[in-house]
Amino acid sequence: PRAKSQRLRWHLKLSGQREEAAAARAARLDLLLPEEPGFLEADPGEDTCTVTQGDIAEAVDIASAAKHFDLRLEQFGPYRLDYTRNGRHLLLGGRRGHVAAMDWQTKALMCEINVMETVTDVAWLHTETLLAVAQRRWLHVYDNQGLELNCLKSFPRRFTVLMIFFSLFLQNDKGFLQYLDISVGKEVAALCTRGGRLAVMAQNPANAIIHLGHSNGTVTLWSPTVSEPLVRMLCHRGALRALAVDPTGTYMASAGLDRKLRLFDLRTYRVLQELVLPQGAGHLAFSQRGLLAAACGDLVQVYKGVGKEVPPQPYLCHRPPRPPHGLRFCPFEDVLGAGHGHGFTSILVPGAGEANFDALENNPYRSRRQRQEWEVKALLEKVPAELITLDPTQLGHVDTASLQQKREERIQRLGFDPQAKAKFKPRRRAKGNNLLHRKRKVAHEEQRVRVGDPPPSMNPQIIWGAGATHPVQHPRCCCTVADRLQ
Amino acid sequence: MRVKVLSRNPDDYLRETKLDLQRVPRNYDPALHPFEVPREYTRALNATKLERVFAKPFLSSLDGHRDGVNCMAKHPKSLSTVLSGACDGEVKIWNLTKRQCIRTIQAHEGFVRGMCARFCGTSFFTVGDDKTVKQWKMESPEYGEEEEPIHTILGKTVYTGIDHHWKEAVFATCGHQVDIWDEQRTSPMCSLTWGFDSISSVKFNPIETYLLGSCASDRNIVLYDMRKSTPLKKVILNMRTNTLCWNPMEAFVFTAANEDYNLYTFDMRYLESPVTVHMDHVSAVLDVDYSPTGKEFVSASFDKSVRIFPVDKGHSREVYHTKRMQHVITVKWTSDNKYILCGSDEMNIRLWKANASEKLGVLAPREKAAMNYNQKLKEKFQYHPQIRRIAQHRHLPKSIFCQIKEQRIMREARRRKELNRRKHSKPGSMPFVSERKKHIVAVVK
Repeated sequence: PRAKSQRLRWHLKLSGQREEAAAARAARLDLLLPEEPGFLEADPGEDTCTVTQGDIAEAVDIASAAKHFDLRLEQFGPYRLDYTRNGRHLLLGGRRGHVAAMDWQTKALMCEINVMETVTDVAWLHTETLLAVAQRRWLHVYDNQGLELNCLKSFPRRFTVLMIFFSLFLQNDKGFLQYLDISVGKEVAALCTRGGRLAVMAQNPANAIIHLGHSNGTVTLWSPTVSEPLVRMLCHRGALRALAVDPTGTYMASAGLDRKLRLFDLRTYRVLQELVLPQGAGHLAFSQRGLLAAACGDLVQVYKGVGKEVPPQPYLCHRPPRPPHGLRFCPFEDVLGAGHGHGFTSILVPGAGEANFDALENNPYRSRRQRQEWEVKALLEKVPAELITLDPTQLGHVDTASLQQKREERIQRLGFDPQAKAKFKPRRRAKGNNLLHRKRKVAHEEQRVRVGDPPPSMNPQIIWGAGATHPVQHPRCCCTVADRLQ
Repeated sequence: MRVKVLSRNPDDYLRETKLDLQRVPRNYDPALHPFEVPREYTRALNATKLERVFAKPFLSSLDGHRDGVNCMAKHPKSLSTVLSGACDGEVKIWNLTKRQCIRTIQAHEGFVRGMCARFCGTSFFTVGDDKTVKQWKMESPEYGEEEEPIHTILGKTVYTGIDHHWKEAVFATCGHQVDIWDEQRTSPMCSLTWGFDSISSVKFNPIETYLLGSCASDRNIVLYDMRKSTPLKKVILNMRTNTLCWNPMEAFVFTAANEDYNLYTFDMRYLESPVTVHMDHVSAVLDVDYSPTGKEFVSASFDKSVRIFPVDKGHSREVYHTKRMQHVITVKWTSDNKYILCGSDEMNIRLWKANASEKLGVLAPREKAAMNYNQKLKEKFQYHPQIRRIAQHRHLPKSIFCQIKEQRIMREARRRKELNRRKHSKPGSMPFVSERKKHIVAVVK
C-alpha cells in the first residue's frame, strides 16, 4: 500500500506538471493570432458617447463601413432578430409575419417569407440551414429556403436554442418551461415554474442554465434535471424587464421596472454594481468581449467595463428610427444588431467582437463541406441533458464520498463498527445502604482518575459535522484530569 | 478620435484554389470552448463504446497437429515463424503470414517436453520423453535429404525443459537437476541441484545473461548464477510453480505462474514478498510470457482462457476464450508486440491480437491521430463509473463465470471467519498478514 500511494503521488505530480506545461504552450500560441480587437478612443476632452455612427463609418475602411446599414421594413411590424453562432447569417422576424434570412455581410438573401400569423420570436437552430419561428399558436421550424419542416405544438412566448445540447428551451404563458431535444425529437423536461406568466428569459452560455425573470422581481435558475429552481435571487423591487448573462458566465445584468440596471456576480449571487437609468432598459445584450448593450426607451446604449471596481461607463449611443424590440451582438464582429418598428439597424461598436475565432468551433468562413462535417461531429459529441449543472466542470472533480458511505466502508474493513453504542449494562442496585455504596463508588473513581487512567468505557469521538471546518467534540466525551483541574 | 473596427480580409481565411486544404485558424482561449469537460466525457464514452464494438481479437487457428500442443518457441530473427511441439513427438514449424505449416519433424517418441531456439536463429533444440536432447537446423532440408538432427544427446533421465543462453553457445536442461551444457560437449558442464524433487522448467535471464531461474516440484523457485556453479537463493511458495518468465526490460523481475490460480511477479533481490500478486484465473496457471515492452504479460491457464495482465496491476485487462479452445498449455507473445499465440489441448494453435480493438495494417496519419486521441480520452476518464463499467465488461464462458462467483463466496467466508477470530482473540495475537506475504512460506539463501 505504501508503494501504491507513492506511485499515485508521483502520478498526480506528473499530470499536474503536464497540465501546466500545456497551458503555458497554449498561452504562447497567442502570438500567432492574426487579428487584433477593435477599439474607440476619443480625443482628450471628448466623450466616446458623443461619437456618432456616421463619424465611425467615415473614419473606418469601406468594408467595415458597409457593416453599418439600415433596413427600412416599415410594413410588417417591430422586428426581432437572431445571428447564427458564427456571426455570418442574420434572421429577422417581424410581428406581422415577415421572416427573412440573409447573409448580412454579403447581403445575400437566403429566403423571405410571410408566415401569415403573428410572430413573437425567431431563432436559428444549430446551423444556418434551420430556423425556428414562434408563431401565434405553435412553434414552426423552417428550412433556410422557407419550407416548413416541422410544427411543435407548444405555445412559446420566448425561446432560446442551446447549441451544445442540441436543444430548445421554451417558456410559455402558462408558466411552463419546456426543454426539447431537437436532435432526437423528444421532450426532455417540462418544468412548472409556478412564477406566473413568463416573459423574460436568458441563457447562461457557460453552463446552459436558464435564468427566468418573474414579475415579483426574482430571478430563478433552472436546469432540466431538477424540478425546483436551483437558485432563487431577489433582484429588483418591481417586475423584471430584461436579463442577460455574459459569455463567460460570471456576470448577469438585469433591468427592472424600478428603472435600475443591476450587475450580479454569478458565483456569489450578489449585486456588484447598480445603475439608475432615466428610462428603464427593455432589452439587454452582452457581447463576446464583455460590452453590455441596453435599450433604454428609444435609445441604444453600450456600456463598457462590466465587472470592474467602478460602475460601467457609457461607451456608445445610438438612436434607431424607432424604439428597439430586439438587441443582439454579432459574434466575431464589432456589430450590434437592433430590430425595431421600422426594420433593422446594424450598429458599429468597436471592440465588441472576439477578434480570433477557433475554426473547429465556429468558423464564419466555413464551406458547405466544413459545415456538414462540423454538424456530424457536434451530434456525436452532443452532451446529454443530465450533465447540465451550475458548475460545468463538476465531472472533472473528485467525487468525495459522503460521510455515510465512508462509515460503511470502514465498518466493512474493520469488521465491526467502532462508533456503535456500547452494549447496555444494567446498574446493579445494591440493597440496603445506598449512600455508603455511592460514597465508596465515588472514592473509587477519584482514585482511578488520580492515577491518570481515563475511564475505559468513554472514548473521545470526533465527528466531522456537515459543513464544519474543524472537528466538533462529541458531547459524550471523557473528562480527563486536565479538564477537572481547569 | 482613434477608431478601429474589426475587419477581416477573406483572402486570409479562404483557400485559394479547390486543390488546397481549407484553412483552420485556431484560438485556444477557453472562453471560446465552453463545456470542455462534458464534451470530452461524451467523446470518451463514445470512444470506449467503439472500442468494445471493434474488439475482435481472434485472427486464426493453425491446424495440423495430431495431438495436444505441449510447447512453443519463437524464432529470434523472424517474426513470421513459430515452432511448436506436440504430445506425440511431432514438431511443426509454421509460417504465420500464410498461416500454414512449412515443415513437420517427427522429433521424439513420446511428448516433446521443451523447445528453444538458438539466439542466432539457425538451429533449435528439443527435449522429449525418450530422454534425448536433439538439435535441428532451422532451414528446411534440401530435396531428397532426410530430416536428421544435427546433434543428439542421450541422457539417463527424462528431461522436462530446456532453455538456451541469450548470448553464448550454452544451454540448460532440467529434469532431476538443472544441467548446463556446452553445445560442443555431450555431457553437461555442471549440474546444479538443491532439494530432492524434479524440476519442471528452467529459464535464462535475457539481460543478466548468466542468471537462471527454475521451478521445482517441491513448491520452490530456485535462482542460479551460471558463473558460480551453486544455486543463489530460493523462495518457497504455498503451491507449485509451473513456469516462470523473465521481464525482457527489467533485469531482475520475473513472473511465476503458480498452481494456486495466481501469478507472482518477483524482484529477485527481495524475494520475501512478491512485487504484485496477479489474481484472476479460476484454475491453475500453466504458462506465462512477457510482451517485448516489458509492461504486460500473457498467461495461459487450465481454465480454458488466456489472460493479459499489466505488470503493475493485480487484475487482468483482457481475457480471451473460445468455445473450441480447451485447456491452454502454452502461450507466447510475438516479438513485434502485436500478437499472442496460444497452444492448447485440442491440437490447435490460435493467433490473437494483443490489443483486441486495434486496426491492423497501415494507418493513415489522420486515422492514427484520431486513435491516439481516443486512447488518451479513455485513459483520462477511465475512473468514471459509466466508462469503467463499459471498458471492463467482458463476456465470460459460463464455467469461468460461475467459478468466479463461487471463489468470491469462498474468499468472503474465509475473510469473515478470520475477522471473527481476530475479534474474539487477544488483541495482537493475530497479526495482519498482507496479501502479498500470505503466499510465501520461506526464503532460503
